Amino acid sequence: MEYEAVIGLEVHAELSTKSKIFCSCTTEFGGQPNTHCCPVCLGMPGTLPVLNRKAVEYTIKAGLATNCTISYFTKQDRKNYFYPDLPKGYQISQYDLPLCKNGYIEIETENGKKKIRINRIHLEEDAGKLVHSEYGYYSYVDYNRTGVPLIEIVSEPDISSAAEAKAYLEKLKAILQFIGVSDCKMEEGSLRADVNISIRPKGSKELGERTEMKNLNSFRAVYRAIEAEIARQIEVVKSGGTIERETRRWDDARGESYPMRSKEDAQDYRYFPEPDLPPLIIKEELVERLKKELPELPDARKQRYMMEYGLPEYDAGVLTSSKELSDFFEEAAKVSNNIKAISNWVMGDMLRILNERNLEVSQIPFPPAYLAKLVALLDKGVINGPTAKKVFEDMFDSGKDPEVIVKEQGLEVLNDESILLQVVEKVIEENPNSVADYKKGKKKAIGFLVGQAMKATKGKANPQLLNELLIKKLEE
Amino acid sequence: MKLHEYTISQLHELIRKREVSVPELARYMLNRIEKLDSKFECYITVTEKQAMEQAESVQKMIDEGSLNSPLAGIPMGIKDNICTKGILTTCASRMLSNFVPPYDATVVKRLYSNGAILLGKLNMDEFAMGSSTESSYFKKTKNPWNTERVPGGSSGGSAAAVAAGEAIYTLGSDTGGSIRQPASFCGCVGLKPTYGLVSRFGLVAYASSFDQIGPLTKTVTDCALVLNAIAGHDPMDLTSSRRERPDYTKALVNDVKGMKIGVPREFIADSVQREVRDAVLNAVKVFSNLGAECEEISIPIMDYVVPTYYIIALAEASSNLARYDGVKFGYRAANPKDMLDFCMRSRSEGFGTEVKRRILLGTYALSSGYYDAYYKKALKARTIITREFNKAFEKYDIIIGPVSPTTAYKIGEKINNPVQMYMEDVFTAPVNIAGLPAISIPCGFDQQSLPIGLQIIGKRFDEPTIIRAAYTFEQNTDFHKAKPKIDE
Ligand SMILES: [Zn+2]
Repeated sequence: MEYEAVIGLEVHAELSTKSKIFCSCTTEFGGQPNTHCCPVCLGMPGTLPVLNRKAVEYTIKAGLATNCTISYFTKQDRKNYFYPDLPKGYQISQYDLPLCKNGYIEIETENGKKKIRINRIHLEEDAGKLVHSEYGYYSYVDYNRTGVPLIEIVSEPDISSAAEAKAYLEKLKAILQFIGVSDCKMEEGSLRADVNISIRPKGSKELGERTEMKNLNSFRAVYRAIEAEIARQIEVVKSGGTIERETRRWDDARGESYPMRSKEDAQDYRYFPEPDLPPLIIKEELVERLKKELPELPDARKQRYMMEYGLPEYDAGVLTSSKELSDFFEEAAKVSNNIKAISNWVMGDMLRILNERNLEVSQIPFPPAYLAKLVALLDKGVINGPTAKKVFEDMFDSGKDPEVIVKEQGLEVLNDESILLQVVEKVIEENPNSVADYKKGKKKAIGFLVGQAMKATKGKANPQLLNELLIKKLEE
Repeated sequence: MKLHEYTISQLHELIRKREVSVPELARYMLNRIEKLDSKFECYITVTEKQAMEQAESVQKMIDEGSLNSPLAGIPMGIKDNICTKGILTTCASRMLSNFVPPYDATVVKRLYSNGAILLGKLNMDEFAMGSSTESSYFKKTKNPWNTERVPGGSSGGSAAAVAAGEAIYTLGSDTGGSIRQPASFCGCVGLKPTYGLVSRFGLVAYASSFDQIGPLTKTVTDCALVLNAIAGHDPMDLTSSRRERPDYTKALVNDVKGMKIGVPREFIADSVQREVRDAVLNAVKVFSNLGAECEEISIPIMDYVVPTYYIIALAEASSNLARYDGVKFGYRAANPKDMLDFCMRSRSEGFGTEVKRRILLGTYALSSGYYDAYYKKALKARTIITREFNKAFEKYDIIIGPVSPTTAYKIGEKINNPVQMYMEDVFTAPVNIAGLPAISIPCGFDQQSLPIGLQIIGKRFDEPTIIRAAYTFEQNTDFHKAKPKIDE
């Protein structure tokens, strides 16, 4: 029997507000443990939460950008559970009335476009972090992260493969970055996913029992965890077993998952309305204003690149996969009249170098206009292709203007006929054998002579011109 | 007359006329506490050093003319569940027996800025859970009228301190009657303001949607003065109202002519102690004689009040008290085996019986499978009870009745019967359920000479009307003048 997977994702994204959700502490990443805390976010007795307006606006923006309906009446609830990193013994979250619901985003799959529905987006606070001592006797708690605002984006189980899950996550990340509500830095934990997976006989409408994989914090982990879990579930069912509802932990290093807790010890969160915060009434004007503030989203930008710049769909897709990349491209394109070349450079050498040097787009030391200058230098024949690649690498080292690099290092193509003529004459004089070969009709000998001439100009000669001059001289 | 018998307004005059200095007054009160507190056990912490320092600096400001609040220089005490920066705030619990908050509650800040002098922190039922101040981890406060009797609770220390002259006024907190009932038992004035009028920031939460801080004083005038200082919007508490605070002393008017007063027949049922009922009916007569229109009404939902109140309050309490797990502050069990043991033993050893009972009940009411049957139903009942009161207020300006079905009972008499204890709240809890304001004022004595309190309930944010009614009653009766006999 053939099986198909039914996958739903719960994605937590950290909002990029300056201050925490219920107090004015900074949300800055890092810092000495327990230095970004105050009595409110530590949940000290008598303290009360004061809701950060920006966090609510960011959540609404995320909802609007993912085609959700915004709730005009909403409230916050308490989710009760004990954990040492949870200062109040409950998390303020949203239960039955999330801020945003019933949205969708579109992804590209092997079989074309696919809509992944979004069940809800709600706002909640993050917990702290446990730090276990090396030898295991003590655990320490760092509360710097407590109260950092998060949104949880819950998809419907519309995803059918690891590849689709990855495409969904990438799209979600791009959208959140484009609208500026989250930096989505997975390595800092500002974007993480829980994955619900079940399998069923292909074509069946019923849902199988699902397992949940928590806190996956890279695209790679999501992809591999899903592949492995689908395989595991199929294996279990094929060998006559049944899938148990359970939470599993993914070990990315080992490439396998193991059970964490089963349905029997499932938590009872005892949700109830947060009495310290009055219900939130969202005004229509606010939603309208936020709608107007929304920037161009990745899909729209992709369409525009195709229409306006005439780029192929593939190029446009790659360029709009991240806001920073897309912004870089666009800045360069603005001051260039060879947009396809800019696109090629961005998708090719730029991504390669970033990857090799483990850099973010934001860490590129030169402005996008310099890339346009480089392309222009190449197009005008001031430098040749291999030199351009070398100059581009140099730009990443020094951040210098390519024109300056070319000048400083004397990398211009040698077009001066009088200089080239001297070189040609010298080469002819020094290689009588090859000249004789050529004159005997061995036309191939010209190659050697050109090579020698190039060498003499340290590769800067315009090869076309050099060739012409050489032939002209030999034919004299 | 001795200084401790003066009211806020009288002392304000003395200080203004330089007949007594603020440090003299503070010293006098501290001496009195030292002499008497072993007898009544009102205080958990006495802040002698801070009080004297405060007194010096307040006197200086008065001399410079930069401080002329009626509360300037007046010594007061604060219930130990209201946070005071740098001063032990225990909630009368072993769990918080070493907790020193790094912040002041908003009400404390406001009193300080009015020049109030803090004498110390007052005893209470543990985490404000109780009606007798017998569940304190530290001590059992005695009723100054009769030391074999409870002072009421949970603000028992606050009420007893005012009655015994160990503070000129105090702050308490009222979740289901915790200011009014002890005020009634101890023969003082106690006000539970409208929910949202006084900031809860810094009040250690018991049941967030009911809790409200309020004053306990000797007279209605003093009550208005303290309310003026503590009421008003606080950006640190999103449930605090943004409406403009009136000057409550303007409501101190001796006139109830034409005022419409409802007297619920459920409040004067046979189950109410006869002397209490008689005192309330006498109050009705007093008001009628002064020109108010009193009518018997019916609020038929009274049977649902106590269960509704307890389900919601304990549900919230179970969550509010979850933070006390031994991790960050407070009591921590020694030598735990593992995390679970650490957490369980810290809570088992750190909390007293009544608190544990309430956490368990609240957890149960919220747990899946019981949520709909208990919590959700209680929320619906809350809406209905609120609606019933609002309906009554369409016709009446105030509703009056007893505060408690009984006068102060004997220490130990009800402590082992929680349900009987919970029934103490039957007349006070509906006010918290509906978020209304209510005041308790002395209106008589039983045969043992124990005080009886009259409860005056008003519309939301209509403190001025209940203050006016209470003031008029006070001006036309002598009950508030009686003092407990204290051997000094
Ligand atoms: Zn904070």
